[in-house]
Amino acid sequence: MRHLIDLESISKEDIIKILDTAKSFKEIFTRDVKKVPALRGKTVVNLFFEASTRTRNSFELAAKRLSADVLNFNVSSSSVSKGESLIDTAKTIEAMASDFIVIRHPSSGAAKMLSRHVKSAVINAGDGTHAHPTQALLDIFTMREKKLKIKNLHVAIVGDILHSRVARSNLWGLLKLGAKVTLVGPPTLVPRHFSKLGVEISYNMDKTIQEVDVVNMLRIQKERQDKNYFPSIMEYARSFGMNEKRMKIAKKDLLIMHPGPMNRDIEISSSIADGPNSVINEQVTNGVAVRMAVLYLLSGGDGKFEDPA
Amino acid sequence: MNSILSKNDISRIVDRIVYGIVEKCIPPKEIAFIGLRTRGEHIANRIKKKVEDITSLQIPSGIMDITLYRDDLNKLESNPVVKETLINFDIHNKIIILVDDVLNTGRTIRAALDQIMDFGRPKSVKLVVLIDRGGRELPIQADFTGKKIDPVSENKKIEVRLIEIDNDEGVFLS
Repeated sequence: MRHLIDLESISKEDIIKILDTAKSFKEIFTRDVKKVPALRGKTVVNLFFEASTRTRNSFELAAKRLSADVLNFNVSSSSVSKGESLIDTAKTIEAMASDFIVIRHPSSGAAKMLSRHVKSAVINAGDGTHAHPTQALLDIFTMREKKLKIKNLHVAIVGDILHSRVARSNLWGLLKLGAKVTLVGPPTLVPRHFSKLGVEISYNMDKTIQEVDVVNMLRIQKERQDKNYFPSIMEYARSFGMNEKRMKIAKKDLLIMHPGPMNRDIEISSSIADGPNSVINEQVTNGVAVRMAVLYLLSGGDGKFEDPA
Repeated sequence: MNSILSKNDISRIVDRIVYGIVEKCIPPKEIAFIGLRTRGEHIANRIKKKVEDITSLQIPSGIMDITLYRDDLNKLESNPVVKETLINFDIHNKIIILVDDVLNTGRTIRAALDQIMDFGRPKSVKLVVLIDRGGRELPIQADFTGKKIDPVSENKKIEVRLIEIDNDEGVFLS
């Protein structure tokens, strides 16, 4: 059984294999018929316990462009005890002869647990604060496409690192491929202990922005302010937001990324988000190619994606 | 390891195929080449250059990877890394000259034909192969064949080496 649960547990070679395959898949988007028969007859189930239109649409389109059938299974997680409902739901889905289950769940570890109970290949589309591997893969794919290499690339991830599965997955993938990673944000959201993973920590956006090749701006959750992680949204924007003033002191070819959905003029100014250094829309396109590559590679039987221990 | 074709043999075969194409694919301005990865691509390039020299035309060409159209994806141990297909011209109404190194079961060509149709509707498709080793499982034949050899058993391997990607050049039976 082969799954994609997180980037921590797969090898550098597997990450590169996914990125290379995704590059080939991207070409399909330029054809008259944007569809190939590789997964004809396979069934992909999108099992979403959390609302997510973008990720679900991206997986759905990826599966359809590979000629797989797609079933969208939206579950409210509030009513039932989570552990029970997850396994029960999964069994129901398996009874429909699914080949892949794409799962989004508010609890960290849900994807891993699911993978132990089903025969289908499980793809983690975000579990709690743990991992969101396909988002990180599409971010890394975009960096590699624009900067041609990942090794020695200096990447800043800015925002709520503490609660971000996107940040965690990005840093695992980037470190495996030899990038230098700096985490930026207020001390309440960027805990010191992250430095043990081999990344730099910075509380000074003005300083870091001058040094990096890529900046990945995370969405700031407004409800964090209620828990006093930072004094106000406006203060957060002033201290850590990507704006015209910071653009002036940054490298001319700084790559600006955002996993979406954006809070315009909070973590990123509108003019920056729509500016020439931004690749936010390309990230969306690349997301489909990367998810096609993951579905395609998991449909084989090479045992390369090992069950994370 | 037996040699089937030498470097010089390949060169003569390419010349012969070039003249065959120029003679039979009319008008030449509608010709376009598609080479199948990996060695078909290089043979296609050689033929294309010579056809361009003779006709004084710029002839479009592309590279095709047929992995996603294989009929045995479900049965493979592992899914191979897909290489890029690069066809940067409109294939509509073109005479597509599909080039591969070895013709055996015909399944690769079936996959390539299906993929070509997803790019548009060519006027016609012609097939060029360097070696026809027999063993067909589908009703597919080449229009231009370099050398036809007596069918060899499935466990024998025909190895095509081209100077563009290998250290030497020739076709060998091992």
